[in-house]
Amino acid sequence: MAVLLVAELNGSSLATDLTAKTICAARQLGSVTALCASEGCEEAAEEAGRLDGVDKVLVASDGRYGHQLAEPTAELIVALSSEFEHIVGPASTSAQNILPRVAALLDVMMISDITAVIDDNTFERPIYAGNAIQTVQSIDHHKVITVRTASYDAVGEGTPAPVVAIEPVADPGSSSWVEDRVAASDRPELTSARAVVSGGRGVGSHDDFELIEKLADKLGAAVGASRAAVDSGFAPNDWQVGQTGKVVAPDLYVAIGISGAIQHLAGMKDSKIIVAINKDGEAPIFQVADYGLVADLFTAVPELIDKLD
Amino acid sequence: MKVLVPVKRVIDYNVKVRVRTDGSGVDLANVKMSMNPFDEIAVEEALRLRESGIASEIIAVSVGVRKAQLVLRTALAMGADRAIHIVTGDDPHVDVEPLAVAKILHRIVQQEQPGLVLMGKQAIDNDLNATGQMLAGLMACGQATFASELRVDDGQATATREVDGGLQVVQLTLPCVVTVDLRMNEPRYPSLPNIRKARRKPFAVHGPEDLGVDISPRLNILHTVEPPARKAGEILSTVDDLVAKLRDEAEVI
Ligand SMILES: Cc1cc2nc3c(=O)[nH]c(=O)nc-3n(C[C@H](O)[C@H](O)[C@H](O)COP(=O)(O)OP(=O)(O)OC[C@H]3O[C@@H](n4cnc5c(N)ncnc54)[C@H](O)[C@@H]3O)c2cc1C
Ligand SMILES: Nc1ncnc2c1ncn2[C@@H]1O[C@H](COP(=O)(O)O)[C@@H](O)[C@H]1O
Repeated sequence: MAVLLVAELNGSSLATDLTAKTICAARQLGSVTALCASEGCEEAAEEAGRLDGVDKVLVASDGRYGHQLAEPTAELIVALSSEFEHIVGPASTSAQNILPRVAALLDVMMISDITAVIDDNTFERPIYAGNAIQTVQSIDHHKVITVRTASYDAVGEGTPAPVVAIEPVADPGSSSWVEDRVAASDRPELTSARAVVSGGRGVGSHDDFELIEKLADKLGAAVGASRAAVDSGFAPNDWQVGQTGKVVAPDLYVAIGISGAIQHLAGMKDSKIIVAINKDGEAPIFQVADYGLVADLFTAVPELIDKLD
Repeated sequence: MKVLVPVKRVIDYNVKVRVRTDGSGVDLANVKMSMNPFDEIAVEEALRLRESGIASEIIAVSVGVRKAQLVLRTALAMGADRAIHIVTGDDPHVDVEPLAVAKILHRIVQQEQPGLVLMGKQAIDNDLNATGQMLAGLMACGQATFASELRVDDGQATATREVDGGLQVVQLTLPCVVTVDLRMNEPRYPSLPNIRKARRKPFAVHGPEDLGVDISPRLNILHTVEPPARKAGEILSTVDDLVAKLRDEAEVI
């Protein structure tokens, strides 16, 4: 069976880690053709072609795909769909925006956020903030799927696959891009980092969040946040970890001043080692932590930063 | 301009779900159910659009069991003008799939001709995050998902979307579909007089067959299990202990 893999692009460049993890799931379903749709993405297409498990790359390099808007991108995918039984992307905000629209246009049910492939039609996916795992079997002619990348390892490099340019299709023109507000950072990305340090409401202010960032930099970690920390303006929205934020599974997750609500746990409880620092010994975060420290973060975190030298 | 707000009845977000040991699903008998939190935010945003003179009428719609009328009553008590309930039986364990919900909503859109559909980004029970995008596809209109800010004027909607890299601003021509994220607003509580008033507001009830929509599922749910539990770890007494454990036992630093 043939799989169309929607490669994740940030502007014109390939989001390699997310794409490589998605391929790990997609190649279990059949021969993988990767689609790179953006503007000026020829290089990204070559790079996608070097990922192990990709047999062919289709590149649609055109202004109308430059910001991955759902309306034109969905039209393009639908136009390509007849040759593919599976259409797969990461459960990123980009693919999760586009692929359900594709599913509706193909009159098939969307299968979001899978964590395991059982067979061509059968998948596991978490529901209720990860408090239950459902096994679902599709009866549709097309399976449109997003993959929880935290559940997969990135594929490495393999033999370069052929890259074929394709023509854009008509843009329905119902939406237009205005601007991106993206903060550049030298830190590792949340979803691919080996370690993540997250702060919650207990951190208390935007200024004090620097303490979290300092510890993260010491560990070479990405920075995360609870919803309460983001809502309070301590941290930007793209740092939110949880049911409705990012899902991460690093080797080390450090939760500081976070109580451990189920919605937060949904985004980090598959981390290998969890550390919790909280002054309330009854906080639910300690029920999932491998190592807990019942302490005031304003004394414990500076000391920790010191002792990591 | 009419605004259509689809609202779903789901398990209350504070309830700890219980997975049935026979693998048949999650226990929903006698648990507290509420309006999906994202949908409350969508209702609130619609109310603000009406208060600023942009929306003229707010129609709340729910697809679900008979008891789902309670979340529609809540939407009316918050200030929605009327409600449409598409009744799909009595068993709370049967979840109507987003494709079917989107088809039903599409029919209602064709009848009501709203300028805007405002809905949640995700239902916290099935966590599918799909219905709004599917509806926009069926309507062949623009979509702004995961929106945290919305402005509507001159036949256009400008939405700020929460995306993986930060924020993205898009502009859509009306009619369009906007799905809301958590930070768009703080939903209000219904006041007592408004709860009373809500009882007299128009409330239409139909079946999916009245709209000619087949709601049979496309996904067979084979079984539902609890995720593997994490074993409780240890509470350490000093930062030195923590550093030692991370270095020597976990070997992560
Ligand atoms: C639909 C929905 C979706 C949601 N999605 C998410 C999501 O994706 N991610 C998410 O995180 N949340 C999410 N939430 C919110 C979630 O329910 C919690 O409200 C949130 O996670 C709480 O954040 P917190 O732990 O930082 O704050 P709190 O629960 O207020 O906890 C703060 C903690 O800090 C500790 N503390 C305070 N001061 C100190 C100090 N000086 N030193 C040490 N410890 C201290 C306190 O003991 C407390 O345990 C969602 C909620 C809803 C309804
Ligand atoms: N049965 C339903 N009745 C009304 N609205 C629904 C229903 N199911 C989903 N929705 C809407 O679609 C949004 C996304 O749900 P989902 O795609 O299931 O995650 C919800 O926040 C609701 O606004």
